[in-house]
Amino acid sequence: MQEFIRNFASSQSILPAPVIYILFMTVSALVLASLAAILALIGVYLERKISAHMQNRLGPMYVGGWHGWAQTIADAVKLLLKEDIVPKAADKLLHLMAPFIVFAATLAAFAVLPFGRNLVVSDLNVGALYVVAISSFVVVGIILAGWASNNKWSLLGAMRSAAQIVSFEVPATLAILVPIMIVGSMNLGEIVNYQVGGIHKWLIWKFFPFNLMAFLIYFVASLAEVNRAPFDIPEAESEIVAGFHTEYSGMKWAIFFLAEYANMFLVGVIGATLFLGGWSSPFGSFLNSGPLPVLWIFLKAFGLIFVHIWLRWTLPRVRVDQLMYTCWKVLLPFAFVSLVGVGIYMVL
Amino acid sequence: MSITLTHYLTLSAILFSLGLLCVVTKKNAVTVLMGVELILNAANINFVAFARFVDTNLDGQIFAVFVIVTAAASAAVALAIVLNLYERLRSIDLDEADSLAR
Amino acid sequence: MSIFDIVFYAFAALTVVSAAILVFSRNVIYSAVGLLFTFFGVAGIYVLLAADFLAVVQILVYVGGILILLLFGVMLSQRVTSSELGAGTLRMLPALIVLSGVLAILLRMVYKTSWSSLPASDFNPTSAKIGTLLMTDFLIPFEIVSILLLAALIGAAFIARKERS
Repeated sequence: MQEFIRNFASSQSILPAPVIYILFMTVSALVLASLAAILALIGVYLERKISAHMQNRLGPMYVGGWHGWAQTIADAVKLLLKEDIVPKAADKLLHLMAPFIVFAATLAAFAVLPFGRNLVVSDLNVGALYVVAISSFVVVGIILAGWASNNKWSLLGAMRSAAQIVSFEVPATLAILVPIMIVGSMNLGEIVNYQVGGIHKWLIWKFFPFNLMAFLIYFVASLAEVNRAPFDIPEAESEIVAGFHTEYSGMKWAIFFLAEYANMFLVGVIGATLFLGGWSSPFGSFLNSGPLPVLWIFLKAFGLIFVHIWLRWTLPRVRVDQLMYTCWKVLLPFAFVSLVGVGIYMVL
Repeated sequence: MSITLTHYLTLSAILFSLGLLCVVTKKNAVTVLMGVELILNAANINFVAFARFVDTNLDGQIFAVFVIVTAAASAAVALAIVLNLYERLRSIDLDEADSLAR
Repeated sequence: MSIFDIVFYAFAALTVVSAAILVFSRNVIYSAVGLLFTFFGVAGIYVLLAADFLAVVQILVYVGGILILLLFGVMLSQRVTSSELGAGTLRMLPALIVLSGVLAILLRMVYKTSWSSLPASDFNPTSAKIGTLLMTDFLIPFEIVSILLLAALIGAAFIARKERS
């Protein structure tokens, strides 16, 4: 895509080249933002329907006619019209800024995701590491949200969430390092190209069992990174009111939830890209042409999101000390074992 | 491209003097630490700019990596000391931390 | 005025304005937010200097580590009823004068020296080269820095713990 834009900018003489570049950046940012918003809406609807059927009830059925597909749109309209309540002693500027920092962090990571054969907004050579770095930016937004609300539950929830996300980044990064080591490059497009050709070439089966271990470690750590159950202490409704977004209502709360579901999708796409073959079809070259790669990556990402939702409504919430135990005493040693194991396998 | 080495050096000089101003003026210990991080970032920009324009075998970037790592270690220890100071003096005003006897 | 120049001036403006917010603000949290955007501006400058790996490491370590540490330090050490700890104008004025003198000397030296700079080459990925250099030419500093990090980890945890009385 970069060469296309460069050729386009130099071949026509109506607008100068810098304007074309800025226009391209703006348009791609808008496309990614709307993609993230639509995916978050679909994610919320899926969660309500899937959790409903798992709990032997029906979920939204009325809005829009067929199985309530427009329920999330109606909810979004309601949230737009809701009154925006800011606590009197809260810091207004930070209270406004925090949800947007969280959403901007999640959106910035969308720019390196490969959605198809050449469909990347920004084909970075350090793509995988960039995604890890941007996920650590979300924590700052959460801490500012907790602080700006001037509420001890918010601050406590924000600190717990920050400690949780920062701790779980360590095994997640080590697990991401395993496919990077095998492919030899941090470029997400190259990692997908390595896995093109059928389900037997996916990185999750290579060097069994170490890559499978790395995938499971990444999946569990990513559950903690997006504050999903069973690691949702920061948002626990029955324990800490609502954690760091207690004092948020209306559109700002909607931005927080948009960011959470977009983050879930982001983590699903990264897991699919690094371990499950990305946009390549599992049947080799059978269904791999035209616009079908986009379908494959969305299918894989939504499959992982389904497992996220399934785990949320099946497992109970863990305590904070059990959470830290899981991270530092279970996931981290296994991550080191898989890293060393893959290294030895590659040398021998 | 008309952005040369002097542009980067000017930027890093401005950042350095702002960081120095922060270290010299502020009373809050954590803000002084933020000023120190600013000074280290200015030095890093200098290293990387020279690695690009003068000496192209990436030694400057390796040095910048080591500076980042050392800054992280020093920030961790400095904040531990600040927390300890808060436990003893109940405030992190550096003007109040003026005797060894407390 | 190519796109490179525009992006450079944008990132430089972001960095300098955020650093000014850091220095001249009376609220510690606003200073921390200024520091956040300064780190982002510096990461952008690194990308313009063809240091892609270093830019990502800057965001990962500084924003994701040091800034969060500083925010925790601020929040754990502020009494709820205390007034803001800022700098009065009386203290700021002599410091401003002296430090503008320092800045003037630095800028004079920057513009007076005739730097022997090479023309800017094209942008190559640096991660592989940095990895090789860290394992061959710079192996001893690499190992020493890892021991330093271990010492800092143990030391900080020991100093900051609550004393059991």
